Amino acid sequence: MSMAEDVVQTEAVRPHHTLWGDAFIRLRRNRLAVVGGVLVLLVALAAIFVPIFSPYGFAQQNLDAIREGPSWSHLFGTDELGRDVFTRLFAGARTSLMVGIFVQVIVIVIGLPIGAIAAYAGGRTDNLIMRFVDVMYAFPDILLIILIRAILGGSIYMIFLAIGLVAWVNVARLVRGQILSLKERDFATAARAMGAPGRYIVWRHLLPNSLGPIIVLITFGIPRAIFAEAALSYIGIGIKPPTPSWGTMIRDGYDLIFSAPHLVLFPAIALGILMLAFTFLGDGLRDALDPRLRR
Amino acid sequence: MLKYTVRRSFWIIIVLLAVAFITFSLMHLVPGGPWDREKTLPPQVVENLNIKYGLDKSFFEQFGNFLWGVLQGDLGLSYTYQDRDVTDIILQGLPKTAILGITAFLLAIIIGIPLGMAAALRQNSIIDYFSVFFSTLFASIPGFVLGIFLIILFSVTLHLLPTGGWGSPKQLIMPAFALGALPAAYIARITRASILEVSRQDYIRTARAKGLRERVVMFRHILRNALIPVLTIAGPELAFLIAGSFIIETLFSIPGIGRLFVQGVFQRDYGLIMGAILFYAFAVAIVNLIVDLLYAVVDPRIRYD
Repeated sequence: MSMAEDVVQTEAVRPHHTLWGDAFIRLRRNRLAVVGGVLVLLVALAAIFVPIFSPYGFAQQNLDAIREGPSWSHLFGTDELGRDVFTRLFAGARTSLMVGIFVQVIVIVIGLPIGAIAAYAGGRTDNLIMRFVDVMYAFPDILLIILIRAILGGSIYMIFLAIGLVAWVNVARLVRGQILSLKERDFATAARAMGAPGRYIVWRHLLPNSLGPIIVLITFGIPRAIFAEAALSYIGIGIKPPTPSWGTMIRDGYDLIFSAPHLVLFPAIALGILMLAFTFLGDGLRDALDPRLRR
Repeated sequence: MLKYTVRRSFWIIIVLLAVAFITFSLMHLVPGGPWDREKTLPPQVVENLNIKYGLDKSFFEQFGNFLWGVLQGDLGLSYTYQDRDVTDIILQGLPKTAILGITAFLLAIIIGIPLGMAAALRQNSIIDYFSVFFSTLFASIPGFVLGIFLIILFSVTLHLLPTGGWGSPKQLIMPAFALGALPAAYIARITRASILEVSRQDYIRTARAKGLRERVVMFRHILRNALIPVLTIAGPELAFLIAGSFIIETLFSIPGIGRLFVQGVFQRDYGLIMGAILFYAFAVAIVNLIVDLLYAVVDPRIRYD
């Protein structure tokens, strides 16, 4: 049963519900998904507002208050240069969320057309593209990201690009598979029979119908991109200071782990929570957007 | 089966050639040469180094020479450790990476399968909720973050385990757990779902109806069938484990291949980078091939020809 048919059936019983409305209702009923969504929202709001309203700048040093533990004036303590960890943590959340989102934009811009072209062109074009995708899958992805990052340089946008240039293959493969299965469906045949050109069918019929799985994949792609950036920054070839990044904070704090473990603990917890939140949200979206997969 | 194996192996060779070519091209795009150090080397030295490493030749000549070397098991020279070749360095790191990976994988199976089984046998019990909670948690938290928590708990707070290094079993505990937690979570999830699925099949009811003991039904009928999907997930996980170990190696200062790679990137050691990427791609491809062949052994319904 396709999603389009789902809509027809539900409309017969409950005329005012759309596919997306139904999905949203299912999402809200999923407790973990709601927890994930709320956490993502909270982190996003805090990432926007904490650095604005904090009495400290994220790069502001205070050499009279170095490596202090948590206190009322510094909620999460200070680091080896006397910078406020709380402020840095949420400035780092900005970096992480930006990585998560911009990488997915790049992934869509590259992966979606390539997958669509492969599926709709078929034949030799499809074969060539998919063999290339296979080769990309054979690479250990973080190592390839590291190599591309070495070529592109260390600006934050180039790091987005490096991760995006490796991650697009998932979307390309998904879009191709979706279109291949959808283009044999009756509604696509009907559109073809009425003389609609291929590009029109892909854009108006096939891609909108694949939107659910694409959204789910994108949601799972966000934490992976966030982790990739944190890993790059942790090994010292990611985001350059002074831009705060959780990976860099862990790297810098690690040398002091015995004297000031909070410097490592807080960014590690933040990274864990944000990844957990996106995974919960992704799980919920998958169940909500594809009710057939529900157990 | 043989035909399938040959065809797959042939395809692996082509993919590895493509991986080598792409890596080789990318390395030539990296700005700055391998000899860019803090102090500039005299031009004569650079020229001699270029000749020694064949960098004075054309791109395709260099690539050809590299491939010719690989065929003879020679991955070329390291750019940093100028008296050693990459094969040596990788072989030195390999046992550490392999021991870490295999320990983590065994841990994942030893924890994951019983956890999933317990959850499925007592569905909706406390054990089940506990199992689902932990598999959800560890499936989402990266091993790197888990590793940091372990270090803070067991090294910093309790002073029970060393923060890293290599050589004693004690030093293996935390990295193996950090690396194995994610596959353990996946395996537990799949085992649970798969057992629940198989338990509902007619042949299980038949087995019980004909009066077989519960233990026989469990092990011979349910588990044997339920573990096939587990193998499906465990294979790619093992491959993922091999490739993902580099950050765990870095965190726990284990001198395996992953850490060598990271050092290679810092020192612009193209020879080492090339070797490490090829090694990982090769290992992942071989593991996937072996797993695919194992399916046919485990599940006689699968035929490849």
